Amino acid sequence: MTRQQTQKIAVAVISTVAGLVVIPILLVILFIVVNGIGAISWEFLTAPPKNGMREGGIMPALVGTIFLTFGTAIAAMPLAIAAAIYLAEYAGDTRLTRWVRLAIVNLAGIPSIVYGLFGLGAFVLYFNFGTSILAGSLTLGIMTLPVVISTAEEAILSVPREFRVVSLSLGATRWQTIRHQVLPHALPGIITGVILGLSRAAGETAPILFTVAAFYVPHLPRSIFDQTMALPYHLYVISTQVPGMPLSNQYGTALVLLLLVLSLTLVATIVRSRMRQRRQW
Amino acid sequence: MENKIEVQNFNFFYGDFQALIDININIKKNQITALIGPSGCGKSTFLRALNRMNDTIPGVRAEGQVLLDGKNIYDPDVDVVDLRQRVGMVFQRPNPFPQSIFDNVAFGPRVLGMARNGNLEEMVRESLEGAALWDEVKHRLHEPALELNPGQQQRLCIARAIAVKPEVILMDEPCSALDPIATLKVEDLMRELARNYTIVIVTHNMQQAARASHWTGFFWLGRLVEFNATEELFRSPKEELTEAYITGRRG
Repeated sequence: MTRQQTQKIAVAVISTVAGLVVIPILLVILFIVVNGIGAISWEFLTAPPKNGMREGGIMPALVGTIFLTFGTAIAAMPLAIAAAIYLAEYAGDTRLTRWVRLAIVNLAGIPSIVYGLFGLGAFVLYFNFGTSILAGSLTLGIMTLPVVISTAEEAILSVPREFRVVSLSLGATRWQTIRHQVLPHALPGIITGVILGLSRAAGETAPILFTVAAFYVPHLPRSIFDQTMALPYHLYVISTQVPGMPLSNQYGTALVLLLLVLSLTLVATIVRSRMRQRRQW
Repeated sequence: MENKIEVQNFNFFYGDFQALIDININIKKNQITALIGPSGCGKSTFLRALNRMNDTIPGVRAEGQVLLDGKNIYDPDVDVVDLRQRVGMVFQRPNPFPQSIFDNVAFGPRVLGMARNGNLEEMVRESLEGAALWDEVKHRLHEPALELNPGQQQRLCIARAIAVKPEVILMDEPCSALDPIATLKVEDLMRELARNYTIVIVTHNMQQAARASHWTGFFWLGRLVEFNATEELFRSPKEELTEAYITGRRG
C-alpha cells in the first residue's frame, strides 16, 4: 500500500468515527421529542400538577428552575468575573495564583452531589437559610464558578495586549484600561461562559436535592427563603416516585428541560456571534 | 536651545541582560530627535524608557536618571499615569482601537476627565486637524476606524496621542508599515507637530532620519555611539562605527 493510500484510509476512518459522535445526541433528542411532544400543551406549561402529579402541568417546576437560574447568575457572576479579572490582569504568576488556579480546576471536577451535600451543610444548616431558593442558588453558584471563571479569564486574555499597551500609553490607569478596553472586548466570551455555566446549573439535580427542591408545592415561591419545585428534580420524582405516572408526562417534562437548556446555549451562541461582528480586530 | 529631556548615566536591564549601557543624551524642546541603529541595538528600549512603558514587562530594572523638565521620571514619587499623559506614544503598527474614529480620539480625554469642562467634539476635531486627518474623516467620524487605510490609521493614532495634550511624542518606527506616500505625509506631519511638541522617533530608515529630524542618535549594541545635529552626523560622522553604519558597510 502506498503512503497516499494509507492517508486516504486514515482520513476515511477518522471522519467516519467523528460522524458517529453526532448519532447519540440526535438519538437522544429524537427519542425525547417523539415521546414527549404529545404531552406539551398550554395547560402543561401553565398549570400546576394535579391528582398526585399524574395530571396537570409543570408550571411550578418550570418557574422554579427559571428562578434558580437567575439566582445562580446573581450569586456566581460578580464573584466569577471579579476572580477572572484578577487572575488575568493583576495576579501574575505567583505561587498563590498557581494554587488558586489549581483550586478552580479541581472545583470543576467535584461531583455535583458533593456540592449538594456541601450546600446542605453550609447554607441550609450552618447559615440557617433552610431549604430555600437562596441556599439552592448559592450552591449552584459555587458549582458554576469554575466554568465561568475559566471561560471569562480566557476571554480576557484573548484581548490583544496591544490594546492595553496603547491605553496605558495614553495615560489611562490599569483599571480604566480594563474597564474601557479589555472588558468590552472580552464581554462576548464572558457572557458565553456565564450562560454555559447557567445552562449546566439549570439541568442539575444533585446540588438542589437537599438545598431547595420540593417534592410538591402547588404554588409559586413567595420569597428567596421558600422552597420551590424545579424541573430536573420534578423529572426525577415523576419518573421514580409516582406509580402509574403516564410516560408522556415524563418525556414532556424532559423535553421542556432540554429546550430550556438548549435555548440558553443558543442565546450564548447568538450573543457571541453578534458581538463578534460589532467589534473586530 | 532648551533641553526637554536629559538622560544621565542611564542603564536598563531585562533580567540579567543589559539592554542599555550608560546612555547620556539631551533631547531638545520642540525638535525632532531621530534614533537609528540596527535591530536589537536598544533604540526601542530606550524610547520606551522615556515614558516607562517598559515597566509593563516583568523583570526589568532601570538605573540612572531621565530628567523631564528637570524632574527624574524614575523617582518613586512620580506617577506613571501622569507621566504617560505628558509623554505620549505612537507605535510601529497602526493600532486604532476597533471602535469608531471619534471614540478612538475621544478615549484619552474621556479617561483623563479632560472632557468635563471642555467640549469633547471640539477636542476631537482639534486633534484630528492636528494630525492632518480632519478633512478626510469629518463626514464619517462615527464609522469604524479600521476601515481607514493604514496611512490614515497611523495619523489617527497620532491624533489619539495628541488628544491628551502631551508635551513629548515618542514614535516607534511609525512608518515601517506604510507605503512611501503615506510615509511622506507622516513626516510632513511630524515637522508640523514639532512646533508644539518634542518628538523622538525611532527609525530603521536612515533616509527618514536624514530627511525628517533635527538631531540624530546612533545606537549600537546598547550604547549611544554618537549623537549630533542630523546634518553633521550624516555629513561628517565622528565615529568610525557611525560612518560604517550610515554608509551601509555595517548594520
